[in-house]
Amino acid sequence: MSWILDASTTGEKLLVMAFAIVLFAAVMAIILFAVDRPRRVPNWLIALAFCGPAGLMLGFGLIYPGLRTIYQSFFDRTSTGFVGVDNYLTIFTQEGFQIVLRNTFVWLLVVPLASTLIGLVYAVLVDRTRFEALAKGLIFLPMAISMVGAGIIWKFVYEFRPDQQGVHQIGLANQIRVWLGMDPHQFLITAPWNTFFLLIVMIWIQAGFAMTVLSAAIKAIPDDIVEAARIDGATGIRLFRHVTVPAIRPALVVVVTTIAMGTLKIFDIVRTMTGGQFGTSVVANEFYMQSFRQFNAGIGAALAVVLFILVIPIVIYNIRQLRLSEEIR
Amino acid sequence: MATVTYDQASRIYPGSDKPAVDKLDLEISDGEFMVLVGPSGCGKSTSLRMLAGLEEINDGAVRIGERDVTHLPPKDRDIAMVFQNYALYPHMTVAENMGFALKMQGVSKDQRLKKVREAAQLLGLEEFLDRKPKALSGGQRQRVAMGRAIVREPKVFLMDEPLSNLDAKLRVSTRTQIAALQRRLGITTVYVTHDQTEAMTMGDRVAVLKDGLLQQNDTPLNLYDKPNNLFVAGFIGSPAMNLLTGKVTNSGVDVGAYTVPLEASVKTKLGSETTATIGIRPEAFRIVGSEENGLTVEVAVVEELGADAYLYGLLNGGTDEQKEIIARIDARRPPEKGAKVKLAADPERIHVFSTTTGERVSG
Repeated sequence: MSWILDASTTGEKLLVMAFAIVLFAAVMAIILFAVDRPRRVPNWLIALAFCGPAGLMLGFGLIYPGLRTIYQSFFDRTSTGFVGVDNYLTIFTQEGFQIVLRNTFVWLLVVPLASTLIGLVYAVLVDRTRFEALAKGLIFLPMAISMVGAGIIWKFVYEFRPDQQGVHQIGLANQIRVWLGMDPHQFLITAPWNTFFLLIVMIWIQAGFAMTVLSAAIKAIPDDIVEAARIDGATGIRLFRHVTVPAIRPALVVVVTTIAMGTLKIFDIVRTMTGGQFGTSVVANEFYMQSFRQFNAGIGAALAVVLFILVIPIVIYNIRQLRLSEEIR
Repeated sequence: MATVTYDQASRIYPGSDKPAVDKLDLEISDGEFMVLVGPSGCGKSTSLRMLAGLEEINDGAVRIGERDVTHLPPKDRDIAMVFQNYALYPHMTVAENMGFALKMQGVSKDQRLKKVREAAQLLGLEEFLDRKPKALSGGQRQRVAMGRAIVREPKVFLMDEPLSNLDAKLRVSTRTQIAALQRRLGITTVYVTHDQTEAMTMGDRVAVLKDGLLQQNDTPLNLYDKPNNLFVAGFIGSPAMNLLTGKVTNSGVDVGAYTVPLEASVKTKLGSETTATIGIRPEAFRIVGSEENGLTVEVAVVEELGADAYLYGLLNGGTDEQKEIIARIDARRPPEKGAKVKLAADPERIHVFSTTTGERVSG
């Protein structure tokens, strides 16, 4: 039976596939057969049947690794010697790690706010215009691109070629600089601004998400409320401030916190564009570097725990606001 | 306080060549309660929204007082509107809702609070001032919407079916409250409704609209007693007026065996027309002896309401054979179901309309 675990030829692979299909059919048949059999099933069994699989998967896939990571963060690079909070001290005191934390903080501060703001302004501007569908489609498109794909696209945008005779710029950003009569610029290498150029990629992706959710929220504001506000004397920016924004506040909070969570965990863009070099690393990237490149399991685990702790308050706030907005409704 | 004038005002929605409101001419005097009434799609709400500035005016003009407001934005028209669904700001408290317009005008906080309190007192809303609209009942929300309009002390109140979301009992009591409040404040009011009872009970004057055209504009009683045309005759009054087509003869109009005598002036107005439509209100009918001049009606149902009874019957004979006839009869001596009775009305209580144009011909 070794071919099942270790299929090498095409014939064996096809056999494995056939076996898997038969196995699936058999399992489904047993389930479907069993479902109708017993007339009276105890409640605990039903509860177990529904919650059990999910509970098991959560337990093995999330809770156990989570606890294990926390445990490991108190051990050294090979997870053998107990070091107490040394790993955490290292993260918060060493300059290299401080830059990582600072970068993560900048990401967390700028990306959610900028994306939401751009999304909101865009949603308001294109609302009820003739080209609304097209305009929305354009800004939403980046959402469909993977972060790695976006990273590569923007890496090309920022691509640098030295300013020499016969050398042509292949990056859009530098070509524009050349057209404007400026020298090409090493966008991804010059710290600290390179972090901002990475940030732009994330904003480019998330603004579409923000726009979509906020646009739906704006459209959900009843017409008569807007009309009442117009009669009451609120137009333009005052209408926006006193009526539109308060009415979509729950959606705003959801958008900001959702983007914040995604931003905290940002990894792909940094990984594909700079690999965390030139002072652009963030916590998730550093955690990967420490665990799988430097083989320092202790620091890696500690970074993961820091990330986890940073995300918790945002998640709690997000859920609270969701509940609150359900109450208002 | 001001008059309101619609001067040949028209509204044509984009993509449609038929005007939603067609050359509306209407004069509303200072402090008057004017009700716009009509079936759905008649243009009554559009007319109101044109006055509010929420709907563009394509032709003609609208004036508030001496001021032409045709192209002014809503906020500069000095009006307040009560919406059908109240349109309260969900994120503001009752007090903030009521004071919002003043806040937008830059009125100081103390001043605002004072005015909101006054209005709240007037409407019995004091204990709810700190609540959000969600925590209020439908009737309370309706009062907040009224309060929001009152606080502004506008020149004109606009109300767009403000009672249609209330239950039947509350609607009747709120109806009287609004009418009383309006008399007390003396602010010119334009009120839109599809309910003719509401129109008749609340308005100083009622304007009946159909298909964007003003049909008649008069006091409730005049509308009832002298409807201009068949539409107004059928729309105003509940149960509705009985409308029957008959042949014009030398002696009058024949509806089956019933001959309605016509005055000479009416006869001349009818000219060469061979048919005419007569209208008789249910309460104008009385039961007469079987050999007398009258309509023969087969009784289908008698609705006994205590004080009155309404007879629903089917007409025998004439061009409107089997048409339903409604008559108010003596509640104490109702005829039996299936019986045949003869109904007649006093000639002066019979309305005569031209069948072709629908216009009133009797005096």
